Amino acid sequence: MEKPFAITLDIESSLANKTGTWRVERPVYVDRMPPCNDACPAGENIQQWLYHAEEGAYRAAWETLVADNPMPAIMGRVCYHPCETACNRAQLDESVGINAVERFLGDHAIAQGWDLPPPAPATGRRVLVVGAGPAGLSVAYQLRRLGHAVTIREKASKPGGMMRFGIPKYRLPRDVVDAEIERLLALGIDLELGSAVSDVGAVMRADGYDASFLAVGAEISKRTYLPAGDSARVVDAVSLLRSMEGEQAPLLGRRVAVYGGGDTAMDAARTARRLGATDAVVVYRRTRDRMPAHDIEVEEALEEGVAMKWLSTVKSVGNDRLVIEKMQLDEAGFPQPTGELEELAADSLVLALGQESDLSLVDGSDGIVVADGVVQVGSDMMTGCPGIFAGGDMVPAERTVTTAIGHGKRAARNIDAWLRGGSYESGPRHELANFSGLNTWYYADAPKTVQPHLELARRVSTFDEVTGGLDESTALFEARRCLSCGNCFSCDNCFGVCPDNAVIKLEPGRNYAFDYDYCKGCGICAAECPCGAIVMVPERT
Amino acid sequence: MMQTPQRPHDEPVKFYQTGSFAAGNRLLPAELRTVQSDAQRNNSLNSGHRACQGCGEALGARYALDAAMRATEGRMVAVNATGCLEVFSTPYPESSWRVPWLHSLFGNAPAVATGVAAALKVKGRSDVRVVAQAGDGGTVDIGFGCLSGMFERNDDVLFVCYDNEGYMNTGVQRSGATPAAARTATTEAVGDEPGNRFGQGKNLPLLAVAHEIPYVATATVADLHDLERKVQRAMAVHGARYIHVLVPCPLGWGAASRDTIRIARLAQESGLFPVFEAEHGRITAVSKIRHRVSVDEYLRLQSRFGHLFGASPRPDIVQRIQADADRNIRRFGLDDADDPALVEPVSDDAASEDAVSEDAVSEEPHVVLAGPGGGS
Repeated sequence: MEKPFAITLDIESSLANKTGTWRVERPVYVDRMPPCNDACPAGENIQQWLYHAEEGAYRAAWETLVADNPMPAIMGRVCYHPCETACNRAQLDESVGINAVERFLGDHAIAQGWDLPPPAPATGRRVLVVGAGPAGLSVAYQLRRLGHAVTIREKASKPGGMMRFGIPKYRLPRDVVDAEIERLLALGIDLELGSAVSDVGAVMRADGYDASFLAVGAEISKRTYLPAGDSARVVDAVSLLRSMEGEQAPLLGRRVAVYGGGDTAMDAARTARRLGATDAVVVYRRTRDRMPAHDIEVEEALEEGVAMKWLSTVKSVGNDRLVIEKMQLDEAGFPQPTGELEELAADSLVLALGQESDLSLVDGSDGIVVADGVVQVGSDMMTGCPGIFAGGDMVPAERTVTTAIGHGKRAARNIDAWLRGGSYESGPRHELANFSGLNTWYYADAPKTVQPHLELARRVSTFDEVTGGLDESTALFEARRCLSCGNCFSCDNCFGVCPDNAVIKLEPGRNYAFDYDYCKGCGICAAECPCGAIVMVPERT
Repeated sequence: MMQTPQRPHDEPVKFYQTGSFAAGNRLLPAELRTVQSDAQRNNSLNSGHRACQGCGEALGARYALDAAMRATEGRMVAVNATGCLEVFSTPYPESSWRVPWLHSLFGNAPAVATGVAAALKVKGRSDVRVVAQAGDGGTVDIGFGCLSGMFERNDDVLFVCYDNEGYMNTGVQRSGATPAAARTATTEAVGDEPGNRFGQGKNLPLLAVAHEIPYVATATVADLHDLERKVQRAMAVHGARYIHVLVPCPLGWGAASRDTIRIARLAQESGLFPVFEAEHGRITAVSKIRHRVSVDEYLRLQSRFGHLFGASPRPDIVQRIQADADRNIRRFGLDDADDPALVEPVSDDAASEDAVSEDAVSEEPHVVLAGPGGGS
């Protein structure tokens, strides 16, 4: 018999010995919920688009991204990125700069002129959307993709809502807003500008809409009673920021006080600095740690020379000065007046005390419940009136662009299901991929890429964008910092570390399978999986 | 215009943030990935072998031989000493080997390999290379005389020792490679100094270095890239070569089968197992510790050290083991981000260790390695 080189004995292969019978636990591949995806108010599949971006497959990354959010260049600038707060990498060195990569993808798509995926065949259903802010645009986009005809009616002369009339240009340049909205409308969405809706029920009946989504926002400044002199100049923050879109810059004077502690107060104070105010002072009745404004806004305002007056309320407004009363926090953390007064020189006072919605359009619709100034909706975003859905700032939720975009997506799925006579069921939610489930030895140390910032002198004199974008190499680096928590990223480690060759490597893109004929159940693959995508489950006995 | 991404081809592996140290990386070109990540790898040690669950030696042997098979394009003979590896792979007539493989006795693998190399030379088969492999018992104890001879004659053999620190398949008896304080069947955890005695140990990698053979390296099953690179390097040169691979043994060490690689990693990251390379009697490179850990983390995962913890703990003994690790770190420059000044092992008297500053240590004469043309 012809034998192979250097072989003298007739032998049999050990493959006859099926060692899988030894096993008491079996490894199983799982997908877990990455903390970034879990935290995203817009429900983005962040890890999946980072996975594509890591390969430089930006088109695929962007297409994954816009499945959930049609405005990534906007979101990449204004989102407060709860994903990064949740990111497991923060426990290793620093969180992945998800927001910066999103912005890169968004800007890249605009530069390349990429189109959104085309809509599904027409369903013949018509949906009315009231308000062309982020929630309204998001729902219109998602409904259009599903094949429904959508008309947006917008009261203002331009679309965008607070993205145009609230958020200052130095955070969100308007050419970005225009580009992403135009691309979205190009899917065949009707937009009627300067077209307020006073009674939604009446419009739906008159024009034959099958459903409607309300997203009128919260654009009325809350007022407070302040004794004011005849010539005192008091403006509200919403009007101030809206007027920045007009021809004439508002006149505030050189010393500007802003009353309030939210993001809008920071926007107003930073806008005042850029309009030439030498002194911009934020007056807030509590302390910094209790301030509703996001940290990054407060930090950037302080960098730009905005002063903060903590534990202070405005008692009265004079011609060129305010009377301030000092406060102190009681045991429950509420500010209480002390009776101690002082004066603050100010040419004008900007009120940024929160915003309310004009809900008059639902007055005539039965079943809609308004509580605490907002419309109550179910988890399906439907109001108490069948067929009328609502989202964005006019429903109870955090008032951010990201949340609004998430509302739009969720509402669209439910409107679609409702129009088809069913209800939308989301799939089972995967278990969260915790840091403790990762084997971080396999990841190289790589600190976060810092985004460039505009020099301070130009920040206080112009409305140029403050935060710069990443370039391609830094965006790629940043994307590759992703740990791929809880989801296989084809690293071959399980295939490599199995002492029994019981992991089968499938063709690219299909990852791996276990060969249970030989797997002894040692668990090394699960222990050494960098991203925690393998679990050991007991064998049935 | 956006360029197609250049970085996957331009960057060394360490700049891959995602899974930089994993077996493979979809972002790397195939030729830069590990042999083990290749779906077409040789699987020199095939499925169906009878090694315990989580066997580090089975893993180490496949890593080493697959890498050697790639380096020699499959023209290779393996000679095996008696030991776990031989017993679990080849209960005749079954064999798990997918390489030409030869077994003789426990102590004579180096001599058999020498003979195979000599026979191939006589037959003019310079294309076929020889690899010998054994456990630590067959290497540091029983086979040491033959191995030292093989080194001394500079025979053209790569000898790989899979060190699981004891005689495992016969029932976990002590070997010359068993660490201090470890409990084995022959070093029970009793008395004032439970487990194996503290002593000089038998450091075979350094003994191999002292033979001034062309290439010596240590490695663990926890760093696949490093192990494969060393095998490839060893196969690129001729003469006697020696690679010493730490392969944790779940059974003999009393550890969970899933922790095999983790324990090997901790052995390296604590400094207990220095990973280095040497050529012609000089240490030329060390693997730096990336995330230093105390020996405690390593010891606690293994019941052979269980008597140092638990109801009557022995922190004094743990401290002595830590001192050994610290000494390794100083001797080999394992935890130094800068280029190591201390790559050459130095003679430092363990008894006076504490009194000697690190600077003073580095000025000690290079007793172990100072040979003609070797030490500086």
